[in-house]
This record gives sequence, C-alpha cells and structure tokens, in this order.
Amino acid sequence: MELLLIFMLLFMILAGIVALWTDELLSAVIAVGAVGIGTSVAFLLLGAPDLAITQIVVEVVALVLLIKVTIGVGVRTTSGTPSPKRLRLAAAVSVLLLLVMVRSFTGLPEFGSPVMERVDDAPSIVYLEEGLERTGSANQVMSVLLDFRAYDTLGEATVIFTAVFGALVLLRKKGKKDREDADGGEDEE
Amino acid sequence: MNNRSLIVSRVSRWVAPLIFVFGIYVALYGHLSPGGGFPGGVILSSAFILTLLARGREATLKRLPFGVAKKLDAVGALLFLCIALVGLAVTGVFFANFIQQRLPGEPLRLFSGGTIMPANIAIGLKVAASLFLVMFALSALRISTDEKDEPIRTLEDK
Repeated sequence: MELLLIFMLLFMILAGIVALWTDELLSAVIAVGAVGIGTSVAFLLLGAPDLAITQIVVEVVALVLLIKVTIGVGVRTTSGTPSPKRLRLAAAVSVLLLLVMVRSFTGLPEFGSPVMERVDDAPSIVYLEEGLERTGSANQVMSVLLDFRAYDTLGEATVIFTAVFGALVLLRKKGKKDREDADGGEDEE
Repeated sequence: MNNRSLIVSRVSRWVAPLIFVFGIYVALYGHLSPGGGFPGGVILSSAFILTLLARGREATLKRLPFGVAKKLDAVGALLFLCIALVGLAVTGVFFANFIQQRLPGEPLRLFSGGTIMPANIAIGLKVAASLFLVMFALSALRISTDEKDEPIRTLEDK
C-alpha cells in the first residue's frame, strides 16, 4: 500500500510540474485537477473516505469553476517567461522549504503509528472510545466534527458565509442608490 | 447563447435530479456513513451547476431563484447557530448534544446521534446555497475585449 501511495505522490508531483510549465490554460487546469484526484485517491488509500469524498467533490466543482471563469471568457494561454533573477529566487525558496520539510518530517511519528498511540490520555483516544456512546453517531468523523469539536465547524461555516458575502458584494455592479433608478431588475431583498 | 447541444441539455434534465437526491443522501446519512453536510452540500450545488452549464441561466433561476439561494444561505448558517444556542439554553453548554442526552436514539439508525443530523442538514443547505451563489456570480462575469462594450458586466445585467 505504501508503494501505491508513493506512486500517487509521484503522479501528483508530475501533474503539478505540468500545470506550472504548460502555456495552455486548459492543460494547466486539467493538470491541477489531476493533482486533486491524486489527493483523493491518497486519502482513500490511507483509510479516510470522508476526506476522499469531500476532496473529489470540491475538486470537480472547483475545476468546473476554473474552466468556466478562465477559458469560458476567452483567456486561453499564458505568455511570458520569468526572468532569470526570479527563477533563482524561486529555486532558493524551494531549497529552503525542502530543508525545513526534511527537518520537520524526521520529527514526525513513524508512518502508520498516530500520535494518539504515543501519548496517554490524549483526547483523540477518548473520542474514539466513547464517541458512539456519548454522541450516538456511528461515523466517528462526524461525532468529532459536529459534537466534540462543533465550535470549530461553526467557525468554518462563518468563513464560508463571509467569503460568499464578500464575493457577492464585490461582483454586483450597482450600489443601492443607482438601483432605485433602474427598472425592476432582480429580486434583491 | 443558443449553441447548446440538445443531447447535453436533455441528459442533464435526467442526471441533475439524481445528483440532487445523492447530495441529500450524503448529507442526511453523514452520521452513519462517510460524507456529511459539507460534501453533501457541494453535491447538491453541483446539480444546479450542471443545469447552469447545460441549460443556461434562465432554466437554473426558474428552479432556484437568486433571492431564494441567498435566503437559504443565511437560513443554513442561522440554523446551525440555533442548534448551538438551543444546546446552551437546555443544558448550559454551547453546542451540547441535547437530543442525545435527553432521548438517545438507537445506534446505527437514521434517527440517532442527536443534533448531528440537524447540524448536517443546516451545513448542507448553507454550503449548497453558497457554492451555487459563487458559481452564479462568477459565471455572470463577462470580460469583453470589444472597446465599445463595458469591460465587465456583473450580476444585475441580464
């Protein structure tokens, strides 16, 4: 299974490189979609079907959105090559990031042995052992998301609400004053 | 835009309701099987997005008017908050699972898990309406290269 996972990760890295280097926007968007599907399959291999479902569904909608708002309005290719100075800066940042990752990943617990097995009385153990009894939810992910940690989910819902609110305010054309002159229009209130 | 394929528009008429029902299932059974309010809501909104892409804005707005989607968005968010506040009022703890504490359902049945199912429904409503609104707002955006036209047209223009 680890071999499959490594294969998926390589596939995703390859797709990411394709997304960066192609000039065609459509190819880039499709490559980004391939990365998302790779992530979804990786989640499935790691035994997280909730995340896999969310990932694949959001990926598909995001892909459609990207195609609709970039290629749908006639933007097809990107042009111009980055200057050598910029490339050198990017390479330096990448190497720095790689070093940080190597340093931090060596401190992680062994693959397949989660933190909760190493720490006694970690809350995650309590969630797993008493989740069904205390929340009545057979799906332990939901018992954490909407019962033990529902406050976090409320924050997440607030973020989505604010984002949509901001997008709708920015994308409307007329202010309230102008709209009074306009005839009819869409039902706003 | 009258260059839409007849096949695509006909097939979308049949497929969109199936996607819609699947979205409801994923949101409703979130406490029993993988899924939940968020993916369920995204699947629900993707049914409308399919209609929007295949059959245009008029057909979509006939099914889900813009104002209704805005209200559903707000109702979903407020419903979620209300569940939290009722928990606070009944047991004194914010987001307490008061239904499970007062009358626990049989595990592994649809009506189990107390407030988790209503919360999933609220989040599903919210996410479905928000994503539909975002898609609609962005798809209404037209960038014209013609000098005479206004460069960007937004929601209020038909």
